[in-house]
Amino acid sequence: MQIRLLRGLKQGETGEIVKVNSGGELGRRIRDMGLIPGASVRMEGPAPLNDPVAIRVHSFTLTLRNNEADFIEVAVEDRK
Amino acid sequence: MSAHLIALAGNPNAGKTSLFNTITGARQHVANYPGVTVERKEGFYKQNGHELHLVDLPGTYSLTAYSMEELVARNVLVSERPRAVVNIVDASNIERNLYLTVQLLELGIPIIIALNMVDVAEGRGIEIDADALSARLDAPVIPTVARSGKGREELMEAAIAIAENRAGRSPLRISYGADIDPVLAKMENSITAAAFLTDFHPPRWTAIKYMESDEEIIKKGRSANPSLSSRLEKMVRQVTDHLQRTLDAYPEAVIADHRYGFISALLKSGVMRRKHDADRLYLSDKLDRVLTNRFFGPLIMAAAVYLLYLFSFSMSEIPVAWLENGFAALSGFVETTMPPGHLRSLITSGIIDGVGGILGFVPIIIFMFMGIAFLEDSGYLARAAFMLDRVFRVFGLHGNSFMAFILGGGIAGGCAVPAVMATRTLRSSKERIATILTVPFMNCGAKLPVFALLIAAFFQENEAQMMFLITMLSWGIALFVAKLLRSTILQGPSMPFLLELPPYRLPTFRGLLIHTWERAWMYVRKAGTTLLAVSILLWALMNFPELPEAETMMFQQQRENIVSALPEDMREKALAGKVEEGDSSTEFNDVAGELHKIDHAEAQASLRWSAAGRVGTALESVTQWCGFDWRTNVALVGGFAAKEVVVSTLGTAYSLGEVDPEDDASLSDLLARDPAWNPLVAFTLIVFSMIYTPCVVSVVCLAKEAGGWKWGVFSMIFNTTAAFLIAIAVYQCGRLLGIGT
Repeated sequence: MQIRLLRGLKQGETGEIVKVNSGGELGRRIRDMGLIPGASVRMEGPAPLNDPVAIRVHSFTLTLRNNEADFIEVAVEDRK
Repeated sequence: MSAHLIALAGNPNAGKTSLFNTITGARQHVANYPGVTVERKEGFYKQNGHELHLVDLPGTYSLTAYSMEELVARNVLVSERPRAVVNIVDASNIERNLYLTVQLLELGIPIIIALNMVDVAEGRGIEIDADALSARLDAPVIPTVARSGKGREELMEAAIAIAENRAGRSPLRISYGADIDPVLAKMENSITAAAFLTDFHPPRWTAIKYMESDEEIIKKGRSANPSLSSRLEKMVRQVTDHLQRTLDAYPEAVIADHRYGFISALLKSGVMRRKHDADRLYLSDKLDRVLTNRFFGPLIMAAAVYLLYLFSFSMSEIPVAWLENGFAALSGFVETTMPPGHLRSLITSGIIDGVGGILGFVPIIIFMFMGIAFLEDSGYLARAAFMLDRVFRVFGLHGNSFMAFILGGGIAGGCAVPAVMATRTLRSSKERIATILTVPFMNCGAKLPVFALLIAAFFQENEAQMMFLITMLSWGIALFVAKLLRSTILQGPSMPFLLELPPYRLPTFRGLLIHTWERAWMYVRKAGTTLLAVSILLWALMNFPELPEAETMMFQQQRENIVSALPEDMREKALAGKVEEGDSSTEFNDVAGELHKIDHAEAQASLRWSAAGRVGTALESVTQWCGFDWRTNVALVGGFAAKEVVVSTLGTAYSLGEVDPEDDASLSDLLARDPAWNPLVAFTLIVFSMIYTPCVVSVVCLAKEAGGWKWGVFSMIFNTTAAFLIAIAVYQCGRLLGIGT
């Protein structure tokens, strides 16, 4: 089990959100979208210019900028 | 019996608009909420003698006070007190959708849940037990498919039943954990005791909003009861400190966690079952693999934009021609039935030409709106924003700015009005104002005739290259100005991106039509009212004061001198300008040609003598620095009504009489031969007309959308000043380099 920033997920990799480090409007937006501790996210991949990134959370696709994704920490199962 | 007010609430992309359309049909009314650019849609519905008055709230994910949309939605719920709320919940995405439901329930308004897209959910192996959900939330739950209208009657029946029953309901109470609950209880007691804001919302809700540091509610509380408000704020501060120390979290985060906890517990208690893996790829995801692919994505996007242009221009060609012919026929009719004079001139040159010129754009705009509605409803627009956000962010803009620039003429031939309206997807933000203010730099369809004229006259060998250069230049200027604005008067952090990519859907034809109609009608209304006034004003400026009698007499004298060369019986005909086949002897033609010249000389003289001409002449002291004489100045002043007027006014000023903007071959020849003109002047004029004040319709629309007349005035002054400075720089540098001298 390792903790990484959401941006650090590889395409197709899945993790569980452990922490959202942002307050204010961005923090609220992130939570409104269901990005809360315990939620499972899968990295769908970056936009053609590598930013923003698309992720899958609950049952929908959400895109957010890299610097926004950096507020979110995810726990990823270690690969054997 | 008056109609019961029912509000429609739901997440964006949950199918709220489709549902609203199937319920109300064409009986809709769209307006803006006062002071903000959030659309307010209303409609009526009748069933079994009951009438419902529906108001479609803006689509929101939550009910905080961060965005205009959420504030508006909340204010309707709190102050207009609808009898019930129909909450549209996307069954295929139920977890996040119920987050809004929970907040609605906390507000204590009776709700009916429309469990929408049950078909999609089923296809994805998600089974939702509507009865169980209804029992858990103590609210009717009606499965619906908004696109087909399935479940509409049952839903409305439930809404009527709830609206008729005045019992109301008690607000939902969720536990927010051991740290927050006790404080909330204390706050609630004080609030109830003091009847603090209880006319508007339930006591516990007010307490929760204080806990979430909701600026709007705290402001309202401070003015209602300052001492209690500061006590409440103090309690919140204590909890916040405690939570910060122990959990490193803010109360609002803890509250959100518990709301989601409530939802997931509810779903797990037999409400929802997943038949297969949630991570399975569906058609929409597979499409995204290609459509947002690093390599194919941008290519397909370019193709989509190209098709949008192709569609709107080819589809509108025929109706545009009809409109143009129609207005020409109308003009002709007035000319044959009315005696010559001021009134006739006002009606033909002022009203019909002015308003007709703008209404002629309506078909293009309708098809553009339709194309954009298709891209928007299908879900593709969100992908375009996703792919381009990185580029636009460099200039302080947003991925969603893209479509506005394209509609404004980012490639060639759009219109700033639909473009400005398309910025609504940016919600209320500084990026939006920056986009609105820079979109008019794009090369709209009305600037194209101006460019075409000048290119034909001076850059005939490099037509394509010039057009490309012009397009690049306008993008460069727009993005540069955007950056400038965002680092000066529109400074501030960028709006969070966080954009949902909804599953691709085939838009319904009915939805497209309603969407298109709403926006097109808004354009026609604006163009019709404002433009009429401005065309009349411009007409007056260009026709008054009239030439002194002595001069008119002089022209008349010249005419008579020429006509005297003709035999008696033909003089009248020649003076009246009636040329018939049989009359066209060489002699007669020569005379007619001479008469034409005199007419034009007189037209030019009277234009120069008119108020507009005097303004143009007065402006020469400034515009000489960029090489424009009074005639160009008058044309540019006229261009404020609509940019293509520049061409027709130049025509008059260069004594060509009526010049058709589409057929400018003769005018361009004339300019090419005129000693006052050279490629440098032409290029300077191209640059100037690209940048200077948006046309009047755009200014009106821009002021409305940006939220105030100050922005309208700003864009007129700023753009014109910038245009002057850049034009002077271009002209003077050009002269230094020895071009065109």
